[in-house]
Amino acid sequence: MTDDIFKVGTYEFKSRLIVGSGKYKSFEATKDATEASEAEMITVAVRRVNITDMGKESLLDYIDPKQYTILPNTAGCFNAEDAVRTLRLAREAGGWDLVKLEVLGDIETLYPNVVETIKAAETLVKEDFQVMVYTNDDPIVARRLEEIGCVAVMPLGNPIGSGRGLANPFNIRVIKQRANVPIVVDAGIGTASDAAKSMELGADAALINTAIAEAKNECLMAKAMRDAIRAGRQAYLAGRMPKRAFASASSPTEGYIWD
Amino acid sequence: MHILLNGETTATTAETLSQLVIELSLEKRMIAIERNLEVVPKSEYDNTRLCENDRIELVHMIGGG
Repeated sequence: MTDDIFKVGTYEFKSRLIVGSGKYKSFEATKDATEASEAEMITVAVRRVNITDMGKESLLDYIDPKQYTILPNTAGCFNAEDAVRTLRLAREAGGWDLVKLEVLGDIETLYPNVVETIKAAETLVKEDFQVMVYTNDDPIVARRLEEIGCVAVMPLGNPIGSGRGLANPFNIRVIKQRANVPIVVDAGIGTASDAAKSMELGADAALINTAIAEAKNECLMAKAMRDAIRAGRQAYLAGRMPKRAFASASSPTEGYIWD
Repeated sequence: MHILLNGETTATTAETLSQLVIELSLEKRMIAIERNLEVVPKSEYDNTRLCENDRIELVHMIGGG
């Protein structure tokens, strides 16, 4: 498995687990869980500095941008313009060109607004961003985003933060089968089996935040996700046995002592 | 002079973006600045003079998925 590299745009990773940095109790917990996950890429959000209450420390004091590939996101953006502005600022802040585009449709479902997502993706690709794009589990939209030039398409498994697993595994498989860019399951993964299932379906990676950050033991769940991603990937590469309608004996059916 | 800093009308004695960053003690932070909807590269902070009612957005990275 050492040569099973996850390539996205001009970047290469050994780990196929991408983690988020939201919802943790503390920066310390973020750091510990991220290390335990052995992920190499971590998402961050871009927000106004609180001028009146700065705080002494910041996330990037704990998550070293030299050690991790920082993936700035556009979480909270509801239109293309805000998403583009956000990522231009992120690129200026840290020089990061690999970005996670997400444009949301409404606050209740957090489902993507694919029309605005497509508009933002077109602008960002023209500006030489390497865009990993969060979208619906819609094979037609996924292909459109690939055609625009996104370096990875990231269909949701289920709504953000819901932990409900994969709503439509068939679509994840269809999206993967028709794609020429990496497919990353983003959102919905609740526990290790969801992560393994995503990889068994052929996803190139999975992006997981809440399932780790909201676990009672974040580090243990981070390790569970690390192992699940590896197991699912290996099962996918190994090629699973066919499903049969009836039994098929595992032991030879000849040479019985009563024959 | 008053500027609109992160959505709040704010009084400042800074004349340039560099001075504003120092005034806010943000020199060591990984930040980015947008002035009137245009991102300003760090190399331009010294040369970027603040004007009355400039709309400044000053951002950093926080936890997020």
